[in-house]
Parts: sequence; C-alpha cells; structure tokens
Amino acid sequence: MANIMIRRNDKGYVFYMPKRDIEDSILSMEFDTPEKWGGEIRLGNGGVYFIEPQAAPARLPISVRAKRLDGVE
Amino acid sequence: MAALTREETEALIQEVLEVYPEKARKDRAKHIMVNDVSLESSKKCITSNRKSLPGVMTMRGCAYAGSKGVVWGPIKDMISISHGPIGCGQYARGGRRNYYVGTTGIDSFCEINFTSDFQEKDIVFGGDKKLAKLISEIEMLFPLNKGISIQSECPVGLIGDDIEAVAKKAAVEIGKPVVPVRCEGFRGVSQSLGHHIANDSVRDWILSNRDGQAFEKTPYDVAILGDYNIGGDAWASRILLEEMGLRVVAQWSGDGTLAEMENTPNVKLNLLHCYRSMNYISRHMEEKYGIPWMEYNFFGPTKIAESLRAIAAHFDDHIKEGAERVIAKYTPLMNEVIAKYKPRLQGKKVMLYVGGLRPRHVVGAYEDLGMEVVGTGYEFAHNDDYDRTIKEMGDATLIYDDATGHELDEFVKAMKPDLIGSGIKEKYVFHKMGVPFRQLHSWDYSGPYHGYDGFAIFARDMDLTLNNPCWGLLKAPWSKAAQEEQKLVA
Repeated sequence: MANIMIRRNDKGYVFYMPKRDIEDSILSMEFDTPEKWGGEIRLGNGGVYFIEPQAAPARLPISVRAKRLDGVE
Repeated sequence: MAALTREETEALIQEVLEVYPEKARKDRAKHIMVNDVSLESSKKCITSNRKSLPGVMTMRGCAYAGSKGVVWGPIKDMISISHGPIGCGQYARGGRRNYYVGTTGIDSFCEINFTSDFQEKDIVFGGDKKLAKLISEIEMLFPLNKGISIQSECPVGLIGDDIEAVAKKAAVEIGKPVVPVRCEGFRGVSQSLGHHIANDSVRDWILSNRDGQAFEKTPYDVAILGDYNIGGDAWASRILLEEMGLRVVAQWSGDGTLAEMENTPNVKLNLLHCYRSMNYISRHMEEKYGIPWMEYNFFGPTKIAESLRAIAAHFDDHIKEGAERVIAKYTPLMNEVIAKYKPRLQGKKVMLYVGGLRPRHVVGAYEDLGMEVVGTGYEFAHNDDYDRTIKEMGDATLIYDDATGHELDEFVKAMKPDLIGSGIKEKYVFHKMGVPFRQLHSWDYSGPYHGYDGFAIFARDMDLTLNNPCWGLLKAPWSKAAQEEQKLVA
C-alpha cells in the first residue's frame, strides 16, 4: 500500500506517487461515476494499481491509498 | 553543421563506455540516450535517480546539500543550523550566491554559518543538549531572527539524536518556529531527496502556521516557487510579473522570508520555476488549498514571451493585456541584444551538464542566440524531467544522466563543443582542455540570467567567454614552436 495523489490535467487523470516520485497518466479507471470511483487503474508506464472504490471526491487532487497489482514500480 | 547523426552518436556512446568493466558498462548504458523527439515518455530510454556506481566520479551532492543549500538556506530571516560537524556548513557557505536585501547578522542570516560543531564527545554522548544550548544562544545573539531550522548532517541520523523533541521544546521557549529537518547526507542517491525532505518539512512545520488568519487578498496574487535568486534571478523575474499587473506575495526561497512562506496558501496561482526542487510543495498546496500551479521558463525572449502568455491565461483580460504590453516593451530591447551578439555566436555548439532545471530551460536562450545545444544532462533529475527535456532538445542529440568524469571528458573530446555549461567541479578540467566554459549553477559570479534583463547579461557573458582571445594562448610557446617546425619540415 502506498499513498498516491490523483489530479486532473487537460488530458485526464494523472497519477503521482510522492514516495517514488512517479508521475504518469492514468489510461483507465475501473469505476468513474459520482457514486463509485476508483478500482483498478492502469498507468501509461504499464503499472496497475487498485484504489478501494469510494464516492467520487468533491475536489481534485486527492491523496488516497493504493495497492500495486502489477507492472513496474 | 557538424552535429552527429543518430548512428554516430550511438557509436560514440559505445566507444566511451568501452573502458568500463562489463557490469558497470551495462549499468551506465541505461543512463545515456540519443534523443528522439517523437518519444512521449523517457522511461524506456533512460534510467535516472539511481545510486551512482562506486568507482566512477559523480558530480552529485547529498540530501543535506539539497535541503540546506537549496531550499532552506536562502530564506533570509530564518537561521539554518548545520547540526553536526563543522565542515558541511562551512564549505557550503555562500556558495550559491543567493542574493538578498537585508543586514547580514542583524535581520538576515544567509551568509553566516551556524553550526553545532560536533566533536567526539557529542557523538558519544549525543548532541541534543548542545543543540538546545545553541538555539538559546542564537536567540540571545540574534533576536531579530524569525525562526530556526535544524539541518541534520550525517552523524545526527547515525547516533539517533531526537532533534524533533529539542525543536518542539525550543519552539515553545523562544516562541518562534523551530523546524527539525531530517536531511542527513546519506539519505537518497543525490541532493534530490534533500529537496523532497525540505519540502515536506516546510509542509509540516511552516505552511499552515497562518491558516485562518486575515490576509488582504487581491485577485492577482501569485507566488514565485523554485527561484533561488542566484545573482538576482528572482528580482529579474519578479519585476516582469509585477509589470504585467500581478502581485507577487512570496518568493521561495531566494530573498524570501518566513512570513512570505506562511502567506503563500492565500495566492491564486503558484508559479514554479525549478520543478525538481519545489514540485512537492506545489502539489501539496494544490490538494490542500486548491491552488493551481504551473511551470514557466524565464530564459531567453522566446520562452519568456511564451511563459508570460501562459501565466496570463490563468487570469482576466487586464493581465493578458499586461503580458502583451510587457512583451511589446521589451521586444525591441531584446532584438537589439540579439542583433549585437547573434553574429558572434551563430552556429556555435553548446554542451550542458547541470542540475535540476537548466539542462532544459536554457536551451531556448541559446537557440535565441543562434547556438545549438548538442548534449545535455542532469546530475539528479528524475524521469519526469527527462520527459520534459526530450521535447526541448533537437533530434539525435546526446542526453546523459549522472554523467561521470570520464564520460564527460570523452564526450567533449569527440563532439568538440564550442562552449560547455556546467558547474565548478567540471570547470577547471575543461579549462585545461582548452574549451570555453561557463558555470551554469552560479552564473560564474555574474547574473541575473532570468528575465529580459537577465538575457542581455546572459548573451554578453556567453560572448565574453566564447570569443575570449585567451583560448588561443593556451598552448605553451615551446610546444607551439615545435609544431611549427614540424610543419616547416613537412
């Protein structure tokens, strides 16, 4: 589990992990509705992380806990 | 143009790496790439932010250098204690030329080395008591200080001193912020982690100090982040922003004060010059206070105009007009500068090897002068820096990460640049090789180089260095005579 920050730029969601200083675009997010948000996210660098599905945050960026499932660290 | 093709550059890299043992060669090969502007991400081509190889000569610094030297040191009304043996603070004192307005020793303290001067007994019995005593002494001798930061050096972490406890106690006693910074030099692979640690300590101990207090806002408040006022850089940037109608609330951290930093959460936009050293705090402010941040580049008229317009785009028409007015005002001046120096510098090749932002930021300034950057590299960048660099550099140029002494020497011998821009550690090596050299860390005791005013100085300095007659006098008279004799014989 690691703390990550999700923000939005003009192209979509951006993933950032402060600890490892990894910044990458989020290609897909499993759930992206106001009620359910999160789940499996896939990054541009091939990484796959999991965020506990939750209500969509009122404001971005937001720091959440995420679990690495696959791909490069 | 004598620039190398892609194949030639690749062959050069192989040739240079040839001397290493196999394991080292494999590792170093990952840190050097030939640029391909079509790439979106640098990850597949270059590895960065990894531990330097033992045995090679690296130019990197340590976490303490990143925290004390870069982020905390320039805050003028705070006292940064170098907590540990005396050398770290003394040999880094004043080296970065962070200019400030103030009376040193009365209300400003950047130039003074405050240290706990660890001795053997402090290592054996711990240095906490000494630190507490030091803080109360500082408070007595320099009552106008606004706060104290404790910059740990290696031994403090090794012996496990509890500087946080001392800091908390002292803060209550003196009624000012006392910030413990765990930036021991052995942490991380380079100064980069020191920046991160320093940002985190600002976040934890400084940033929220004035939350909820009244602050007279305007819709045009901005903060300059990651400008360390080297040779007056931040001032040259600040006047442009003020001229276009913005109000600069804070400078982080060149010529900056503690109050400015505490007021930063009230701004409308954070302007980030050195992305590498201050992106952490920008991201935090974006999340906590909803302040957007943007990177800008104030090197060279082309990039300045681009940046001013990009900054103005965050505000209303009043600021947009202001940006156009500023650009229009300075364009004739800049055209004069370019007309004067471009003929003298046109077509010259430059190689760079600097720290966090300049390997990509100054490319535009050189291009404005008709020069070409043939190779660039960072001491301590991460991959997001290289992602940004790929777009700035020409195709098939050389990019190197954490270059070693050997690699730099060989690249310079093969590529024969007309000018090298790097730091003090490289300077005299290249001077002895007879290559014109400018320090791009401290501007070689000149500056500012930011902003329109800075560009005029930048152009003059590059001309002074490159076209200096001394480069023709480097050969000893006898070796010259021998050469000429040989020529005559032939």
